[in-house]
Amino acid sequence: MDMYDRQQKELGRLQAKVAKGSMSRREFLSRVSAMGLGAMAPGLYMQSAMAAPKQGGTLRQALTGGASSDSLDPATFLDSYMINVGMGQLRNNLTEIDENNQLVPELAESWDSSDAKTWVFNLRQGVEFHNGRSLTSKDVVASIQHHLGEDTKSAAKGIVSQITEITVQGDNQVKMVLEGANADFPYLMSDYHLGICPENDDGTIDIQSGIGTAGYKLESFDPGVRTYVVRNPNYWKSGRAHFDAIETLFVADTGARENGLMSDELDVISSPALATASRLGERPGIEVFYTNGNQHCTLPMLNNVSPFDDNNVVMALKYAIDRQEWLEKIWFGYASLGNDIPIGPANQFRATNEEIPQREYDLDKAKYYMKQSGYSSLDLKISVADTAFQNSDDACVLFSETARAAGINIEVVRKPDDGYWSNVWLVDPWCASYWGGRPTEDWMFSQVYSKNAIDTGWSETYFNNPRFEELLPQARAELDSAKRRDMYIEMQRIVHDNCSVIIPIFSAYGHASSDKVKRSANVASNWEFDGHKNVERWWFG
Amino acid sequence: MSSLTKIILQRLGLGLLTLFAVSVIIAFAVELLPGDITQAILGQSANPETVAAFRAEIGLDRPAHVRYLEWLKGILTGDMGQSLANKRDIEDFFGARLSNTLFLGGVAAVISVPLALLLGVLAALYRDSIYDRVVNLTTLTSISFPEFFVAYILILFLSVNIGIFPGISNVSKDLAFGEKLFRTILPALTLTLVVVAHMLRMTRAAIINLLASPYIEMAVLKGTRPMRVILYHALPNAWGPIVNVIALNLAYLVVGVVIVEVVFVYPGVGQLLVDSVSKRDLPVVQVCAITFAAVYILLNLLADIVSIISNPRLMHPR
Amino acid sequence: MIKLFLSAPLSAKFGMVIIVAYVVLALFAPWLAPYKETAIVGGAYELWSDKFVFGTDNIGRDMLTRLIYGARNTIGIAFVTVLLAFLIGGVTGMLAAILGGRYDMIIGRIVDILMAIPSLVFALLLLTIFGTSIPSLIFIIALLDSTRVFRIARSAAMNVVVMEFVEAARLRGEGMAWVIRKEVLPNITAPLLAEFGLRFCFVFLFIAALSFLGLGIQPPLADWGSMVRESATLINYNDITPLLPAMAIAGLTVAVNFVVDWMLHLSSGLRSDQH
Repeated sequence: MDMYDRQQKELGRLQAKVAKGSMSRREFLSRVSAMGLGAMAPGLYMQSAMAAPKQGGTLRQALTGGASSDSLDPATFLDSYMINVGMGQLRNNLTEIDENNQLVPELAESWDSSDAKTWVFNLRQGVEFHNGRSLTSKDVVASIQHHLGEDTKSAAKGIVSQITEITVQGDNQVKMVLEGANADFPYLMSDYHLGICPENDDGTIDIQSGIGTAGYKLESFDPGVRTYVVRNPNYWKSGRAHFDAIETLFVADTGARENGLMSDELDVISSPALATASRLGERPGIEVFYTNGNQHCTLPMLNNVSPFDDNNVVMALKYAIDRQEWLEKIWFGYASLGNDIPIGPANQFRATNEEIPQREYDLDKAKYYMKQSGYSSLDLKISVADTAFQNSDDACVLFSETARAAGINIEVVRKPDDGYWSNVWLVDPWCASYWGGRPTEDWMFSQVYSKNAIDTGWSETYFNNPRFEELLPQARAELDSAKRRDMYIEMQRIVHDNCSVIIPIFSAYGHASSDKVKRSANVASNWEFDGHKNVERWWFG
Repeated sequence: MSSLTKIILQRLGLGLLTLFAVSVIIAFAVELLPGDITQAILGQSANPETVAAFRAEIGLDRPAHVRYLEWLKGILTGDMGQSLANKRDIEDFFGARLSNTLFLGGVAAVISVPLALLLGVLAALYRDSIYDRVVNLTTLTSISFPEFFVAYILILFLSVNIGIFPGISNVSKDLAFGEKLFRTILPALTLTLVVVAHMLRMTRAAIINLLASPYIEMAVLKGTRPMRVILYHALPNAWGPIVNVIALNLAYLVVGVVIVEVVFVYPGVGQLLVDSVSKRDLPVVQVCAITFAAVYILLNLLADIVSIISNPRLMHPR
Repeated sequence: MIKLFLSAPLSAKFGMVIIVAYVVLALFAPWLAPYKETAIVGGAYELWSDKFVFGTDNIGRDMLTRLIYGARNTIGIAFVTVLLAFLIGGVTGMLAAILGGRYDMIIGRIVDILMAIPSLVFALLLLTIFGTSIPSLIFIIALLDSTRVFRIARSAAMNVVVMEFVEAARLRGEGMAWVIRKEVLPNITAPLLAEFGLRFCFVFLFIAALSFLGLGIQPPLADWGSMVRESATLINYNDITPLLPAMAIAGLTVAVNFVVDWMLHLSSGLRSDQH
């Protein structure tokens, strides 16, 4: 740790104390001056005092991605609404992604592994569930086992199936043995499915009552309509969970969310309409903000279907799309360009523009690859739906206009949202899709781009590259950061040039809120709503 | 047994048969929908193993007719069953949704029916006047705007700009009646704009139609005032067609309001139905669809009874 | 013909002019529109200017062009749908009235059942099963609409078939088609016509409602209902763009119904004018 970092850390600690009200102005100024930052001290004090979270108020928020079929069973969590309720409000995980997108301890105070294969998690002591019972290692084991086994329907099965052995070691330790080394394993424990629930007498967990260890207790849950929670007075985290209560509505219609916010029926909403976001933000009392995360749009092609089995065709398409136009016309600037690589700005080892230059709209190159492929012209169909990503139909109409000049005719076929993931995705040779992104490179690559992903039903492309397969387990087991980085850059290059997927855009998460809602300067971008931890990190000013 | 009671009983019997047929059609159609509930719920994370486990858990691995007969047995013994998606008892949450829907429909009906009758009678009275033309033009325009657009316009003027009413109708069952009513006004007004035109036009047409009858001409020749002619001579005999149109529109206010529910975030049965269709949650779809069908059948029966009472000749159809 | 037009009241004249204008727009769209239907000619949401009379839409297509092509798609689809609905509903309705007995009962029951299922939800189910191609959209909406037409046609025809002249024709041994065409149809046009006027615009609205639920006409085709849907929230920001397609629908509805009112008036023998 260099001098600068140490200074920053100390400063952060002091500011936090001011924010909590446990340090006077005078003491703060003298300490900061002692660090050689005397000239900046008064400003720094203002900044932290302004940002001091206050307790109180009922936060009324509207999210998308809910349904009347929602349930409190973490195994079935799929979309924003239940992630926010389950992970943000009711339950904690072993680990957490903090507001700087860094991995920090949550229910596990610390963890150890010598070989990245056997992991021991040390649980925090004195943590209580909402019903007053203390957290023990048995709750943790039961909660993880909920997603394991033959008869589980859990969406997290793919993540936890690498655990070959999970045992309690006393009341406060859990040991997990993996089938192979995985240096990122603690990251996986922050997955939103893996919230810790209280164990029942028979070894299952209580998934119905909503009892967890997090900042809010469940009062009422009406799936597809509203959830009401009140503050947990015994919350173990200090300086978190500032609201007295949270009302979370599921509001599918964008217009309705904005109307609710503008008429002061709501305090914060997700995904305001991109086209009018800037005009919404100009309204007095309303603030619009975006976070750039790992969420990205993909246009995957099944590489066992002609003509996508020819990488020249794929390359021609990669050069025939005008990403800049997508950014301006579909996302109105609220996104960043994709480079046909699924690793995003919130990841650790993302290739820089020097390492892998940004691919741009280049008609000459597109024509060159078309010529290489031997096709004089191509008629292709791409299936789209709003559930893949908003306005994917318009976006692909733009694509078809720019590709035509290269002799590629793209017909945009809009499919119903309903049933899209079972009937179109992985079925039609070319379609629109999206990924929420994963906090680690290995997670993203293993889940969607590995050979194994073809068997587990996640591979969008049937991508199978020998060198990529060779690097994947090596990088996963490598504990040396620099070596890992080299391997991940090489893997990104392989996907960039050889995988039949176009990744044109990393879309930002959009939010609009009343200006009464305050948040700290850093906001997590692994998910929307501050990584869905907004209810414990934000407050009313 | 009077012949009216007999007709009612007959119609109720037929209604039950219709409900049965509706349930068969719905079960069949949901079965035909691409994908099933497990894929709809697991979404992108559906893979053969988890899908199979989920199917077995909710008994979806059994043939469709077996599941249907089981459901039928349940419903005939008064058991609505459980949602497949989250195992909640349907009767636990369906009642609240239904009462919301009926409340909204009721408020809209209380505003729109008298309004339509009044405007319709006046339009008949002052037919071909400027008033008549203006009413005609306005109502035609109002029904030709898509419902969601009417809703957005009302919200813009009455909620966002001047802030009288809330922009979304966040109602819950513990709200006091007054507060609930206040929050329901905007969606009810939207629905009013949508249904008034149809009822108004029919009222006007039915009355004008009767004005040509000899007995009305007689009344007019006797020098009865036009308003009196309409209210005491024409209207009583025009009830048949008017009540039929009112019944159709009342049915619409209950079963056809899903879009208004979505725009105002109003937790009614329509949204539940559409939501459950998209998740392939058959038991919930069945209960919603059957309820809607029953509302439709009952309102039509009611309209026919009113018609018969107002015109007893209809009791003995050809 | 011209005489008839001149004798029409002002409202009907207005209606006819509007309808003719819409039809011309629809037929000659490629020549009238300033740009190609799907061409992206500018930035997103450009303001009204000389170059783009009504500005551009969300991906930079000319709004005026989209409106003109929208006329073609919207009116075309609505017209075919309503025609089909009247064909199915009208013929089965008249047959039910003429044949009576078991046929009447069976068709009547089927229609009752179809009508008892909320039409939007039924359409949602059918469109998800059969896909949202334009033919399936037309056929499904027509089928659902035909139940209403059936009711009207049947009850109107009921009153006609008991008349002596129909019985006489049947005794003469005239075929079913002849009876329908020469005797029944002319006598039930009035109520069918009145229904036609409203049904026509309900089709646009129905398609708009479907597009609100994520089904509807395929891109990049323009239709007014979906255009309102796409831009509806703009009115919150004092942008009247979404009013344009909405007004286009309203204009046509009003025009069609003015003409229908007048035709009803003619066929009812100018009854209400006696006062």
